[in-house]
Amino acid sequence: MTAVLEVAGLKTHFFTHAGVVKAVDGVDFTVNKGEVMGLVGESGSGKSITGFSILGLIDQPGRIVEGSIRFNGDEIANAPEETLKSIRGNRISMIFQDPMMTLNPVLRIDSQMMEAIFAHEKVSKKVAWERSRHALGLVGIPSPEERLKAYPHQLSGGMRQRVSIAIAFLNKPDLIIADEPTTALDVTIQAQIIHEAQKLTRQTGTAMIWITHDLAVVAGLADRISVMYAGRIVEQGLTDDVIDRPLHPYTVGLLGSVPTANKRGERLFQIEGMTPNMLALPEGCAFAPRCRSASAACKAPPPITHIANRDIRCFNPQAQAAAE
Amino acid sequence: MSVFVIRRLMQALLVVFLMSVIVFFGVNIVGDPVYMLVSPDADQADIEAAIRRLGLDRPIWDQYLLFLKGAAQGNLGDSFIFGEPALKLILHHMPATLELAFSALMLAIVIGIPLGLFSGLYPDNPISKGIMAGSILGFSLPTFWVGLMLILLFAVELGWLPSTGRGDTATIFGIETSLATWDGLRHIFLPALNLALLKISLAIRLTRAGVREAMSQDYVKYARAKGISTKRIIFVHVMKNIMIPVVTVMGLEFGSLIGFSVVTETIFAWPGMGKLLIDAILQLDRPVVVAYLMIMVLFFVVINLVVDILYSILDPRVRLQDQGA
Repeated sequence: MTAVLEVAGLKTHFFTHAGVVKAVDGVDFTVNKGEVMGLVGESGSGKSITGFSILGLIDQPGRIVEGSIRFNGDEIANAPEETLKSIRGNRISMIFQDPMMTLNPVLRIDSQMMEAIFAHEKVSKKVAWERSRHALGLVGIPSPEERLKAYPHQLSGGMRQRVSIAIAFLNKPDLIIADEPTTALDVTIQAQIIHEAQKLTRQTGTAMIWITHDLAVVAGLADRISVMYAGRIVEQGLTDDVIDRPLHPYTVGLLGSVPTANKRGERLFQIEGMTPNMLALPEGCAFAPRCRSASAACKAPPPITHIANRDIRCFNPQAQAAAE
Repeated sequence: MSVFVIRRLMQALLVVFLMSVIVFFGVNIVGDPVYMLVSPDADQADIEAAIRRLGLDRPIWDQYLLFLKGAAQGNLGDSFIFGEPALKLILHHMPATLELAFSALMLAIVIGIPLGLFSGLYPDNPISKGIMAGSILGFSLPTFWVGLMLILLFAVELGWLPSTGRGDTATIFGIETSLATWDGLRHIFLPALNLALLKISLAIRLTRAGVREAMSQDYVKYARAKGISTKRIIFVHVMKNIMIPVVTVMGLEFGSLIGFSVVTETIFAWPGMGKLLIDAILQLDRPVVVAYLMIMVLFFVVINLVVDILYSILDPRVRLQDQGA
């Protein structure tokens, strides 16, 4: 399999008045052609910043301080703005969390779709309009001609997110970064959107990074899962391995706190403590203060080790089932 | 839409009526115009005759009803001083004021919005800080003082521009205006700039605040993620959004421009309604004052309506609510 995206040692830091926030602090992963990678973590774990770093969309006071991002073999970390602009929306596109906020409220759907084509290709208005209409049809929007003339507020939340997905696929990109695309939607619409995205990636061979805090969402969707905590990937492996036999105590905790039918009436498991303050991370493993199996070794930062077909950052990996 | 306009017109009628009560009784409290009109050596019989002639011998509510009756027929009373209908006097002076207010509004838009855009996009740039400092001056310096300084600098010291009057006028589209001649343009520039100063500052601050807010919105980040050019993001995505508050406020300010022109017209001896009003107040010419204020009320009502309609054109979300109503 050929790699579409190779991220190595990526560090994106924010230089605020209160101190340096190491939002992404040494992240490595690879996404292969046509593969869906789930990037899972709590709010503030750096998963969205990882996505924005790939597109070079980090705003002041943040910047990529270290590491390499190779897209189709070319280095794009800190690449010139013109290079990045020709990649954004064209070779790598992005789907955002809240389609209410991301579609411009005063522009019609057709102008927001066609501008994405015009930004990268010199085609006639007619061709662009036809492609937009076709794309809306692909994501299951009924009577796309009418929808093209609509303003975002005239569409429902699920419809708007379908429009975002249609825009993401417009230029047939190699990679789509989906940043919590179903979080703002209710569960039935969520399932439809996931189905739609999955279908399209299969058909077009587009690779996808699906960023979410919801393990249940990626369990059925992703080929591989990377679990992020405090700016680092703590566990990375095939979806089945990670879901069925999690090794990192954090992954175990995350899986344990997913409500299931089997645990009806029982008290839901909770990871103790709170997400760490990103301004004052502990020296060693960032999860250690909340970890039940923390030992003296955890005072030092755990290196990446390769065990049981996955990469993991932990001195005391667990072997028992998540349900415990 | 038509339901909306009709409802607004009904409300406007009520506003105009209430204002007529306040204005008429308010003006009648101040001073005694009779002593301004009769000669100082007039005897009691002359004075009483003048009082009767002006209709001031009737009870005030009777005077008001008479005024209301006339107003309903488009007659706002005759000027005490000129003996002509007050409405005619005002309409005669109106084009001069309107062209001044219009020029000031144009200056505010043409100067204010680009400066506001620049300082909103580059808030840390020293030029932006200069623009913001300038806008504070524009807000806080009194209009009459700035007017005098403008005359002192451009008319007296440099001698570039004339300081008083309207200059040559010419007729375009049936309107007599000084905007149509070079001499007229030279005459209008200083008073228009003077009048516009406050609104330029307002346009700068509004645009800057709008740009800064819009640039941090998700739709801008999304547009960047689509690979859209910076030019298109600023002039289409951002501008279309911030035009909503800017048009609303600047439109409403057009009324206050006409109102504020009283000061500017007095300083630059601009023969408009404002100058007429000041003269009328000094001579206690009540019908002209009342008529001017009534016209101003009408102006504000109409401007508000036009702004509301413009707003619904700019903001598609407003359009939808309107259809539902």
